[in-house]
Parts: sequence; C-alpha cells; structure tokens
Amino acid sequence: MNKIIIENLSLQYSDGTESLRNVSMEIPANAITVLFGPAGGGKSTLLRCLNRLNDLADVQVVEGKVMIDGENILDPKTDVIALRRKVGMVFARPVVLPMSIRDNLTYGLELAGETRRSKLDEAVERSLQLAAIWDEVKDRLDDPAIALSGGQQQRICLARVLALQPEVILLDEPTSGLDPISTGKVEAALQELKKDYTIVLVPHSIQQAGRTADYAAFFLQGELVEYGEGSAIFTAPKEKRTEDYITGRFG
Amino acid sequence: MSRFFSLNRHLAQRLGFAGLTLMSVLTVLPIVAVVLYIIVQGAPAISWEFLGGFPRSGMRAGGILPAIIGTLYLTLGTAVFSVPLGIAAAIYLSEYAADTPLTRTIRIAIINLAGIPSVVYGLFGLGLFVLFLKFGTSILAASLTLSIMTLPVIISTAEEALRAVPQAFRTVSISLGATRWQTIRRIVLKEALPGIITGVILGLERAAGETAPILFTGAAFFLPRLPNSPFDATMALPYHLFVISTQVPEMPIQIQYGTALVLLVFVLTMNVIATVIRSRARAKRQW
Repeated sequence: MNKIIIENLSLQYSDGTESLRNVSMEIPANAITVLFGPAGGGKSTLLRCLNRLNDLADVQVVEGKVMIDGENILDPKTDVIALRRKVGMVFARPVVLPMSIRDNLTYGLELAGETRRSKLDEAVERSLQLAAIWDEVKDRLDDPAIALSGGQQQRICLARVLALQPEVILLDEPTSGLDPISTGKVEAALQELKKDYTIVLVPHSIQQAGRTADYAAFFLQGELVEYGEGSAIFTAPKEKRTEDYITGRFG
Repeated sequence: MSRFFSLNRHLAQRLGFAGLTLMSVLTVLPIVAVVLYIIVQGAPAISWEFLGGFPRSGMRAGGILPAIIGTLYLTLGTAVFSVPLGIAAAIYLSEYAADTPLTRTIRIAIINLAGIPSVVYGLFGLGLFVLFLKFGTSILAASLTLSIMTLPVIISTAEEALRAVPQAFRTVSISLGATRWQTIRRIVLKEALPGIITGVILGLERAAGETAPILFTGAAFFLPRLPNSPFDATMALPYHLFVISTQVPEMPIQIQYGTALVLLVFVLTMNVIATVIRSRARAKRQW
C-alpha cells in the first residue's frame, strides 16, 4: 500500500534556481525507502517537503502534489502542526533540546496537549524501547540530554519522534556523525520500526543505502533518475547514470 | 648573521608584548583610581543618618534618603516601560522580522537612538511628557524619558542573546509540532533569558546614573518629603550630586563624596549582579 504519492513535483529556490524537477514516486508503507545520490541532488529538500519544513526555508513549490493518505499536504489549508506530528523527522546532527532526557521525549506530546503524567511516562518508556536506548538511559531520565554521547543523542532524537506516535519517519543522514557501532544500533532499530511505520531515509553513504533499502530512489541534480526495489537497483540498475554512481565512477 | 636577526626578532616580540601589557594596565588604572579615590574620600561620610535621613541645613548636613529612594523609583519606573517594550521589540526583530525596508529602518533607528546625547532626550522628554502630555515634572515623565534612552541598549543586547540560541533548536521544535510562538516561549526565551537579564540590568544601570534626561523632566532640587505618587517630582542621586557640587556654597566636601560613593555602589552592585548572572548561565548552558 502506498502511503505517500508524489506527483510531478517541482521545487525551486527563491532566486529561481531549480531544486527538484518533475519528480513522481510512490512511497509504500511498512518499508524503508532510501533517497540517495550525490550532494545537491534534492534529496533533503524532498524530505523536508514531506513535513512542510521547507516552509521555514526559501524553497517554493512550483507545481505538483504530495499526497499522504490521499490528502495533498502542499495545499495551503493543510494543518501543518498536525502534519508534523504525523510525519516526524530526525536530522543529520543529533540536536537534543536543552533540557532533560525525559523532557526531550515529552516536549512534543505536551505541545499536543497531553498532560496526564501516566500517559507521558508510558510514552517515554515505549519510545525509548523502540529506539533501542531504554536500557542505557532508564536510570538517568532527569539528566540533561546533552550529557549523552552523540550516538545516544541521535537515538534520543529518534525516540522523541516516536513519542508522538507518527505514521511516517523521515531521516536525513541520521548516522553521518556516528561511529559504526552506533550506526548499527540505529539501523537495527529502523529495521524493527519499519513493521509499523513508513520510513524515508537519506543515507549518508552508498553502503548504508544498500544495507537498508527496501526501495531506493536515485537523485541526480534535482531529477529522479531511477526508482525501484533496493535489491534490483543496487545489483542491476537500469540506468547508466545510476550504475556509474553505484560503482563509484563519480560522486 | 642569522643569529643576530633571531635575537632581534625575539627582542622585538618581547618589547611588543610588554607594550601591549602596559596599555591594558593603563586602561584599568583610571577605573581603579576613580573607585579608590571616591571610597577614600566618601567613606567617612557614610553613616545610618546619612543613608536614612533627610537633608538638613540647606543640604549641608543630614542624609540623602530622598535621593536614594528617588533613584530607586526612577530605575524601577524605567524598568516598567523599557523592559517589556524592549524585549518585545527584540523578539520581533530576531524571530519574526524578515529583511525588509521596514525592519532595516527600525534597526537603523535603534542604532541611532543609542547615539543621541542624553541631554537631547531630556529636552524631548520635557516637550513630550512634561508639557504636551501634561505629566508635569514627575517620576512618570522622567521614567518615560529614561526608558526611551535605555531601549536601544535593551533591544540590542536582547536581540543578540536571542540570536545566539542555535537555529537547530528552532527547527527541531517546529518539526515536533510546535508553533513559532511555542518555540520562542519554551526554548528560545528560556535559553536567552540570562543574556536578556544582563542587558536589562546594564541598560537600567545607565539610566540610574544619568542626570541630563531627568534634569527637566522629573528631578527636584530639594524635597522635604518622599514622593508619594508617580506624578510627584523626586530627588535623585546623580542630580543631587550635581546640585551639591555646583549650586550650594560652602558644601562640606565629605557629603559630596559620600553621595558619589552611594551612587557608585548602587551602579556597581547592578553591574556585579549582571556579571554573576551571565557567568552562572554560561556554566549551566547546554549548548
């Protein structure tokens, strides 16, 4: 089942430069869809389109639609607050908010109006479990989150998104600053999470793309070059440009 | 030959450092000298009667309580107007304002406001608050005048404190379903608060020590009682010091320096509080 359908999407920066050109793709639920390609190809911009975080940047929609559960979220009437609760995002650099671990986890829920202590505690434990970091932090929930290591912080960021019980999780190079062990933990968590969530990932390396992708989309200079099942793209790409990139001839 | 040059370079470096050290010591010297001199000259005047009594014998004896209370009132009055307005303006400029001709004009206005001589503020206050709005020579008019003078300091330090909060916190907060205002209130303001408070105190400290802006707007030469409404005029430390130093013949020099010492302690205390808040917040900061 397709969770997200992108139709003929073109984006540009406010100075008129093109960011994405006529992109159409369908992103299925309960799978990891990977957007990969060289820097500046429009992957992050596309990702930030899916939760309307581009509203904060100087990126404009030229044309096209992004349907999530059948609704065009680019419509100006979209409730962006509700959208961002439903479509959570993990950033490249782990940014914990300047507060305790617990408060980081409950921040979004409290904004959504949840005040019951039992519900909040439950959400804290559940989401920390899902992000595979509960055992490491359960005895120090009231410590400042900044005291954790980078890898732990990034899993806190993932847990913080999960606490809101989103349906889609966007990850923008979530392991780019992490060591291989922490990276492994995050990737393992994602494999568990895809059973219940729609996951869209911009990987930080081609190897990570290969390891994690159920579906993979190759972006080059704002264009979607090739999209299909991960196993097919990484072993037998149809497009020459995809093959050149995967085999390391450029990028 | 090369050895000679390296020795020379060494010497030049040493001389350079010595020169720089000397210069930095020289900048500290006047401050230390002023403070020490005022303390030595003024300390003998300090007594409970001096701090808690009314002036007697044409201000040549007795205390300076009305001037102390007056300066407190003026400082608080200035805070009431300039703090909310200044912080609101800083939030607008830092968090909401796009780079448009309007906001550029606002910024230029604020910078220029800071450069206006204080006596001009005094005349402006006389025209607007005392005469046109008919507040009379009063604490209210003087506080409003001082507020206008203090605003640029508060706005620019508060804006700087707000901008220092990492942009990533705002992005993350928005991505978790916060509105812009929720983000400002729960994250940005909280993190910027120590910096804002420091700026506020430094601004108010300047207001507390100013004479010219209150000269025509609220300061009284002599009042036999404490002011009991914002529409009363008031004595104030800086103006009182000016009066007893220039307007009263045969003034005991002790009382002059005693008054200067009290004003200095008042202002330096605010400075110390600001410094403590800033360094504590730096130690606790999580970014």
